[in-house]
Amino acid sequence: MSWPTDRKHRLWRAALAVAVMALGGGLHAQRGAPQPPAPARTAAPIDLTGTWVSMVTQDWRWRMVTPPKGDYRGITMTPEAYKVAQAWDPARDEAAGEQCRSYGAPALMSVPGRVRINWQDAETLQVETDAGMQTRLLRFARQPAAARPARSWQGDSVAEWQMPRGNVPLNLRPADRTPGVAAPAIAKGGTLKVVTTNLRPGYLRKNGIPYSESAVLTEYWEVFKRENGEQWLTITTLIEDPRYLRQPRLIAIPFKKEPNDSKWDPTPCSAQW
Amino acid sequence: MTHHMRIRALAAVLAAFATLTAVPASAQMDLSGYWARDGDSDNGYSREPVDLLGIPVSADGRAKALSYDIAALSATERQCQMYTPFYALTGPFGMKISSEQDPITQKLVAWKIDGWIDRDVTTIWMDGRPHPSPYAPHTHGGFTTGSWEGNTLTAVTTHFKMGDIKRHTSFSSDRATLTYRFTRYGDLLTVTGILEDPVYLAEPYVLTHIFRLDAGGTTFPLTACEPIEELPHLHENPGLVPHYLPGANPWINELTQNRGIPMDAVMGGPATTYPEYRKVLKDTYKMPAACKIDCGAPPPPAAGGRGGPPPPATPAGGRGAAPPG
Repeated sequence: MSWPTDRKHRLWRAALAVAVMALGGGLHAQRGAPQPPAPARTAAPIDLTGTWVSMVTQDWRWRMVTPPKGDYRGITMTPEAYKVAQAWDPARDEAAGEQCRSYGAPALMSVPGRVRINWQDAETLQVETDAGMQTRLLRFARQPAAARPARSWQGDSVAEWQMPRGNVPLNLRPADRTPGVAAPAIAKGGTLKVVTTNLRPGYLRKNGIPYSESAVLTEYWEVFKRENGEQWLTITTLIEDPRYLRQPRLIAIPFKKEPNDSKWDPTPCSAQW
Repeated sequence: MTHHMRIRALAAVLAAFATLTAVPASAQMDLSGYWARDGDSDNGYSREPVDLLGIPVSADGRAKALSYDIAALSATERQCQMYTPFYALTGPFGMKISSEQDPITQKLVAWKIDGWIDRDVTTIWMDGRPHPSPYAPHTHGGFTTGSWEGNTLTAVTTHFKMGDIKRHTSFSSDRATLTYRFTRYGDLLTVTGILEDPVYLAEPYVLTHIFRLDAGGTTFPLTACEPIEELPHLHENPGLVPHYLPGANPWINELTQNRGIPMDAVMGGPATTYPEYRKVLKDTYKMPAACKIDCGAPPPPAAGGRGGPPPPATPAGGRGAAPPG
């Protein structure tokens, strides 16, 4: 049995129309003037705001107390860094007004304490710590080079959102669907990536293990909610410093969200404790 | 071309477009490969036999820890006891992860984390199967299911046996649940483990570790374990289980003596894991003049140079030594 020619043409025209419609959205998006990106606050795929407490369940002996000189377990220093660490003198640091050396961005999130995160403006996240009373500014809008400030404990932090994206082979597989429920346009969640440079030299650990001014700090901030309602923040941290580190330092720091900041306890920097 | 062939051709065209333009319901990352352990934390290097630093143990968990004598591992029936799945975070090895696909549909059925010499295989079932009954047999590896949340694989392990959670100093019971989160950032894999145990923990115990993709990495394979006669007196007295009676653990002061950390902190508990506990420590911690043991190796001298710092002296004592007097 064969179909009439006009019916055959109608079927193929319909298939062609479906294909054009399916591709239409993508093609349309590629034409015309580029749209300005939404402000970072509007585009945020995750909500980092609020007060978070660091859970000191690992590296306790190096974080909760000031370890003695010579306790360098876990950090692979260069010989030059070892000499600097062996010369650690907290009293001298205090006297020189350098008591915040262990509160610089590469170490700050490991310091036991609470962090309070707010939007300073539509393109800047402000991260305050009660321990050391420090403030980090995570800027989504790039600053002009001329506006770059002097080196500081918290340096210059450039932030960007990273949205979920599957790899190609898995992406092409049909997604699991519940019958009658449309698949969401994009997967939920996302990550905040922050790269910090322009740092003033400081300590990775309170007992004088140094990082240099050429250190680069890369962080990935991820939040997740548990079935019991708890919200957690994990900051995956990569510190690269060829002058003082033989290998990049990798740590991930967990925080738990608190309902308010009633336990906020501003405490100034201390070189001794 | 027959009618059916034309219909099939048309359906194929439409299906191809539907597939190529579809967006998956949840993003999925490829986790397969060998992930090397990079850096270390204090959880994997507990030297003192009594060390509950940073562990939110319950009173029962503390009592269990203080009664434990590592010589118990030499008993014939315990020599092949493996670590718990939590050991993936605290142990010394990397992880080899592979995927298992349905041979027909190619849909992901499971992720598999290879075992080590003393850690069982973890199979993370992704096909929606339920966890077994609470009364089902428990294994060293437990039973694990997983699902994607954005780019993060969340896996829940139950049905694993009682075992170590910090190098022979603390334990989880056979009622514990471990929730893993695997998040990949390029060549880095962050693994967060949340251990909950109604018996030996008073609050969840959260640990993290970052692994780095290593194309040439290998791990110690899981091999069959064969018990031998390790300690003659245990072999001759098979009913004997080495242990310490309440108040009789001879190692209880070692961490305080070595590192100046007060006994209250050494005993762990939820309060010791929160920042405000530093206020208690400020008046009780006595910083040693210098690090005495387990201080980390000094760096090797620069290439071609001489006169690098001398290696640290080998510490006296340790697990095989006689208890301190």
